[in-house]
Amino acid sequence: MIAPLRALTRPQGGIAGLWLILVIVAALFAAVLTPYAYDIQNLPNAYQPASAQHWLGTDEFGRDLLTRLMYGARTSLSVSATAISISVLCGMVLGAAAAWFGGWLDRIVTMTVDLTWSFPEILIALILVAIIGPGTTGVMIAIAVAYLAQFTRLTRAQIMTLKGETFIEAARSLGAGDAHILFRHLLPNALAPVLVSAMLATGDAIILEATLGFFGLGAQPPVPSWGGMMSAGSALVFKAPWVIIFPGLAVAITVVAINLYGDALIAELDIRARLRRDA
Amino acid sequence: MTAPLIQIDRLSKRFQSGGGIFAKPRVMMAVRDVSLTIGKGEVLGVVGESGCGKSTLARLVLRLIDPTAGRVSFDGTEITALSPAALRKMRRRMAMVFQDPYSSLDPRHTLAEVLAEPFRAQGEPFPPDRLPEMLAAVGLPATMASSYPHQLSGGQRQRVGIARALALNPDLVVLDEPTASLDVSIQAQIIALLADLRDRLGLTYLFISHDLGLVRYFCDRIVVMYLGAVVEVLPNTTTAPRHPYTHALMQSNFAPDPARRRAIEPLTGEIPSPFALPPGCAFASRCPRASDHCRRETPALGGETAHPVACFHPL
Repeated sequence: MIAPLRALTRPQGGIAGLWLILVIVAALFAAVLTPYAYDIQNLPNAYQPASAQHWLGTDEFGRDLLTRLMYGARTSLSVSATAISISVLCGMVLGAAAAWFGGWLDRIVTMTVDLTWSFPEILIALILVAIIGPGTTGVMIAIAVAYLAQFTRLTRAQIMTLKGETFIEAARSLGAGDAHILFRHLLPNALAPVLVSAMLATGDAIILEATLGFFGLGAQPPVPSWGGMMSAGSALVFKAPWVIIFPGLAVAITVVAINLYGDALIAELDIRARLRRDA
Repeated sequence: MTAPLIQIDRLSKRFQSGGGIFAKPRVMMAVRDVSLTIGKGEVLGVVGESGCGKSTLARLVLRLIDPTAGRVSFDGTEITALSPAALRKMRRRMAMVFQDPYSSLDPRHTLAEVLAEPFRAQGEPFPPDRLPEMLAAVGLPATMASSYPHQLSGGQRQRVGIARALALNPDLVVLDEPTASLDVSIQAQIIALLADLRDRLGLTYLFISHDLGLVRYFCDRIVVMYLGAVVEVLPNTTTAPRHPYTHALMQSNFAPDPARRRAIEPLTGEIPSPFALPPGCAFASRCPRASDHCRRETPALGGETAHPVACFHPL
């Protein structure tokens, strides 16, 4: 797959991609990149503004904000990405089965999905976290279910259009079975739009994760998450505004970067757009 | 005629559209009571205007869709009665070339993958050394194996479609307007290729087209369809038509030589809706020879066995 790399050569795709790589590297190598621990309190050092020792300052317990931001990226990114991956996988199976087999299966899947589609994602996620209980696992499942409808609908619509293409009939005329047509023709052709939409949904999922974290439903202290850090900072808006500003900026810039990179990816992945450019 | 490869017996296909709790579904007879035989090694042409059911007939013959009534036998086996598994096996002996070379190839597959598909679909390993030979047979260079369909011209794509159809050495190839979406010069190349392949491989063709000139050039026998039914079977390409519809079709063909052109007598009258066929002959509303008899009773395909025609007042 070269399209994700080609997307980096586009101007906004490149800048956005660079930021995302930076965040991912910071999340992965947080332990090596910072001399501080994310959970050890140092009360005399609390409320320090940005300085050479603490680039983004310290929070109410004297912990280095940049360190917590890096470890927070670990939570936010892994929870959102895992949740969306689960959602995409289940959504594709459900959507493909509904579109391919049709009949009562299609009706049940479509009806259930439309029912959840009519609620905002945050509401579904809140209900689910309330049932499962707070914590990263609960949030992950809640986000996965909240976005399931989107991927099921998208996959179903993709496969419904592809089903009518002549190359599917051609495969059938050669004696291809259901599994062959589904795995060699329908799913590969439906994959690109689903992956791009998964990419964009990851951005939304980061916001959803931060929101749940802000309500105290996500990762439990002292494990940092961007939402949880903002929640703590909301009490210190006048005393130490950096405690809420920097996690907020991290969420905002990351989400914008994901959207920009997703746009570049859309332009690169679309076969028809590529055709038009080549012609 | 040699021993029949395909026997079509009173085949009908009805499509329903719409309908609900309060609305009656609209019923359309796409193919009405068609009986035909195709001999081994024969090229049988099917002509008719768009919507006359010729593509539906092609799909019924390969059982890509199930008939409402009637039977199709392939080399003595009734394929309309085969189990799905047996039908899949049978498909290696019959293949289809599609009208639109743009949508008949998966945009994500290279030519090598397209040509390997017939083997994979039958659950066989693909012999990679056959690839250059398969491409060469349809006049494509072996270097194209790793190309994607969007890098090819329409004519080249149709050659790939033909190579894919021939991959498993079928006995019957159904050609559904294989040249309709190509330029005239490319059309001639494709037809020459098809004729050459038939001579070399002893293929049987069912050639669907709306171009009577092309069909007369390429086919042994010609079946003329009108609104789902066969109205005439011409035993060879030189016989004069007897059905007024065939006559009108031939009249509407331009001769390339301007000196030989004559005034075209256009058909008048409305083509009836296939959803509401009138009683009697379906062509009566446009036929210059129609009588009251034609509007009351449906003429059956009859007359000479070699040249049957469904008309009360044949030419």
